[in-house]
Formats: sequence, structure tokens, C-alpha cells
Amino acid sequence: MTIGLSHYLTVAAIMFTLGIFGIFLNRKNVIVILMSIELMLLAVNINLVAFSAFHGDLVGQIFAMIVLTVAAAEAAIGLAIIVVTFRNRGTIDVTEIDLLKG
Amino acid sequence: MLSALFFYLFAIMCVGAGFMVVAVKNPVHAVLFLILAFFNAAGLFVLLGAEFLAMILVVVYVGAVLVLFLFVVMMLDVDFAVLKAGFLKYLPVGATIGLLLLVELIFIVGAWVTAPEIAAQAPTPPAADISNTEAIGLILYTRYVYLFEAAGLILLVAMVGAIVLTLQHKRDVRRQSVAAQVGRTREKAVELVDVESGRGLS
Repeated sequence: MTIGLSHYLTVAAIMFTLGIFGIFLNRKNVIVILMSIELMLLAVNINLVAFSAFHGDLVGQIFAMIVLTVAAAEAAIGLAIIVVTFRNRGTIDVTEIDLLKG
Repeated sequence: MLSALFFYLFAIMCVGAGFMVVAVKNPVHAVLFLILAFFNAAGLFVLLGAEFLAMILVVVYVGAVLVLFLFVVMMLDVDFAVLKAGFLKYLPVGATIGLLLLVELIFIVGAWVTAPEIAAQAPTPPAADISNTEAIGLILYTRYVYLFEAAGLILLVAMVGAIVLTLQHKRDVRRQSVAAQVGRTREKAVELVDVESGRGLS
């Protein structure tokens, strides 16, 4: 039994859905929301690498590296913002961070 | 056959760990499950022949980003039980939307075919006698060098931003001020006082 492109795409689809599910489920905790976004980006990377491998085109892997870079930058900035928010407000509850609501 | 076995092993571990990330109560455990998910995704990448990305995923992602997550989770003194309060309330809507999206995506994957002309137009695959890392290097540093430098710039901006956001100067901590040290002159530092004999200074 051979593993085709659609097997990898299915795994990536499930991972992406888990990411969205996580955002809905943990909508108070910013850290878990960030981790869910990481899961979704991982799913995107699996898609890119799978297409790259099955079509014999390396550009998909280059693009996956760029996605990885941006994900790392986003995680660093996001965690820094979480730390600053916690220092100033004493909570990381998303529903309580509503100063801009007026 | 063996590769199919390993595919299912990695895929099931990856999906299971991904589910545990969103389901467990303790965020430290969630980060650890995320690490497991990334390790298994790296295994999938190795199966696909993308060894370089697999190693990048393990070294950079697990080694740096997820450890940063772990540090932040452990550093913040948050009562995570409070944050978990609405968990069951959001479960139905989350599960419904997730299931809908999953069904849609699987329909796309199932019904999706490549046009036969695409295969003829596909770019030339890398030669068989060079490794994946070498092939990536050959195009990353030539055709995509601007993209590569832009990625470096993004990382630089992210680093500066993270440092600026989290750096704090405490009032009661005495710090070295290079400008004050260099700008110090003899006139500011030394004072000659004529002291009357027998009187003292104060």
C-alpha cells in the first residue's frame, strides 16, 4: 500500500482543524491560542513539503522555510507581548484585555 | 510497506499530540505535547525526503521556539484553572466548526486532481546525486537570495522588537552609564579646597 499525496494532505487538514478547534476551545488563554496557531502553521508546512516532494519542485521547501521563519518571529513577538501584558495587567485572560473597547 | 507503517505511526502520533495540545489542562503539558507533534512532523518530513527542513524543525522549532514557549509558561504566575473555565461552554461550537472545516478540507483533498499538463511543465527536479540540503542551498542562495535576506531582516526586527518590549529598567538598580563615564572631566571630579588650619571642612 503506497502513501500518496492525499494521505499527507489529510494529515495536514486534520492538524489545521485541530488548530482552529484549539482557538475555539481555549479562547481565554493567549498562550494556548498561540500554540494553536503554531499547529496551524505546521499543517501549512506539511502541505507545502508534501506538494514539493510529490511534484519534484524544491520551491515548496524554500517557502516552508520562510513560513517557519515568520512563525518563529511571530512566536517571539507574541510571547514578548504576553509577558508585557502580564507584567502590566496581571492576567493573560483574553476576555479581560479590553482596554481599547472604551 | 515499512514507509507506510512509519507514515501511519508519525501521522497518528502527530494528530494525537496535536489534539492533546488543545485538550490538556496544564499549559506546560500542552507545550510538551506540541514538542511531540513537531518531532513527529519532522518524521513525516524525513519520509517525504525533506531532511533539511526536518532538521530545521527539530533544531530551530523544538530547540528554540518551543523552549521559549516553555520558559514563558513557567515564568508567568497565572492561575490556569480560571482560564480553563469556559472550556465546556465553547466545546459544542468549536467541535461543530472544526468538524465542518475538516469535512470540507477532506472533500477538497479527495476530489482534487492535478491537470496532466502540469506534470509536463513542472520544473526540473533536483539531480539524484545531490542531497536535499545541497539542492536547497543551490536554489536558496541564488534564485531566492532576496527572500532569504528578507527572512533574516524579519528575524532581526522580531529580535529587536522582543527585546524592546520586555527590557525594563529598574529605578533602584545602579547601571553603568558609559556616556557619564566618558564625559567626566577633571573639573567635575576633583575639587581643591583651602582648609583653614584647626577648623575642619564641615
